[in-house]
Amino acid sequence: MYGNDFGAPEEASGGGLLGEVEAAEAALREAAARQRRGAPASDDDLAGFFAEVVEADQKIEPRDWMPEAYRKTLIRQIAQHAHSEIIGMQPEGNWISRAPSLKRKAILLAKVQDEAGHGLYLYAAAETLGISRDELVDLLLNGRQKYSSIFNYPTLTWADVGAIGWLVDGAAIVNQVPLCRCSYGPYARAMIRICKEESFHQRQGYEILHTLSHGTPEQKAMAQDALDRWWYPSLAMFGPPDGESTHSTQSMAWKIKRFSNDELRQRFVDMCVQQAEILGLTIPDPDLRWNDERQAYDFTQPDYDELMRVISGDGPCNRQRMAHRRQAHADGAWVREAATAYAAKRAAENKEKVAA
Amino acid sequence: MTDPSPLWEVFVRARRGLSHTHVGSLHAPDAELALRNARDLYTRRQEGVSIWVVPASAITASSPDEKDAFFDPAADKVYRHPTFYEVPDGVAHL
Repeated sequence: MYGNDFGAPEEASGGGLLGEVEAAEAALREAAARQRRGAPASDDDLAGFFAEVVEADQKIEPRDWMPEAYRKTLIRQIAQHAHSEIIGMQPEGNWISRAPSLKRKAILLAKVQDEAGHGLYLYAAAETLGISRDELVDLLLNGRQKYSSIFNYPTLTWADVGAIGWLVDGAAIVNQVPLCRCSYGPYARAMIRICKEESFHQRQGYEILHTLSHGTPEQKAMAQDALDRWWYPSLAMFGPPDGESTHSTQSMAWKIKRFSNDELRQRFVDMCVQQAEILGLTIPDPDLRWNDERQAYDFTQPDYDELMRVISGDGPCNRQRMAHRRQAHADGAWVREAATAYAAKRAAENKEKVAA
Repeated sequence: MTDPSPLWEVFVRARRGLSHTHVGSLHAPDAELALRNARDLYTRRQEGVSIWVVPASAITASSPDEKDAFFDPAADKVYRHPTFYEVPDGVAHL
């Protein structure tokens, strides 16, 4: 669907996670090309047809019949994802005016603008499930839907902007790449687009930390401090361990989710170890070591009690993030009203012209 | 509280020679703003050379429930495809 969008040739053949996004995109086209019956035979066949489409790795589209719980699960997940992108602008936006150079400032501005864009793609995907944008915004503003707990941590130094790009966006990509294969078409397509853009985010963060960790001792210490503070919250982004995850089993059966929380967390740790070595920084986990038997790293789990506390509202910045979002929404009211009034006035003028 | 602004569907022509392709949707109070928002939202990385915005309410869609009946008439007209015809050996430029 978006295969022609990206001009940079080195990206088109990108290996690693970007390669997986490309593969998901190819699989989407391939599944769509496979011949199969086009519609349910009768009203009694709706659930069977749905199961068959999901089983065949084809996509459910907005006007198809779907189980009510599937619709609700998707709305909850896509909305939470969209809210995370919107709230996620705040910790980084905090550093736009203080970025150390014009180049860094321009890049950070572009990145924060991308986050807004990602939020909008996702809101649009959620709306295809029959909920309105205004309802979604209200659900966020009155706290009835959540956003990712990670954005309730503060960005204390410039190195934190690097750590967010490398670790937070990196964890997000590991989480999101499998979502490019989600059974719901609009969500899968939005995720393909988002993942391609996220890879710039991750690289810019890594570059910030690389520059700092090869700078003065003070700069390197600043980078290490950022890694120390963001490591465990980033691991917690994958959610509670598999045994305690409430929505996982059904979501896997519906192919909304393709891997378990613990599998994705492991994949993330395995990726980061070598990247940290090249930065010359130390991951703050004394028990981190290669396990030859498992062919994976053993690591210390994040504090899941802390995760639950932060999700339920008691993180360092929850109140500040929500207050800021409510204020921004209220401050924008006059712009929305003016644009609507202008559109109405123009429409009325055009009607008069036609009448005359 | 203002009325919710209408939904627009966005179509982008990626390059000269390609047709406009549906890329997503957005909200805007009027066509001009929809076009500007579409530029900011869907062409931040030079993904397009031309954009259409269409009010979602102006689109009439076939319903998936009647998909078979709706598209069936095309299924028995195989003669619409060039592969239907047998070309005698030796005929060029056909």
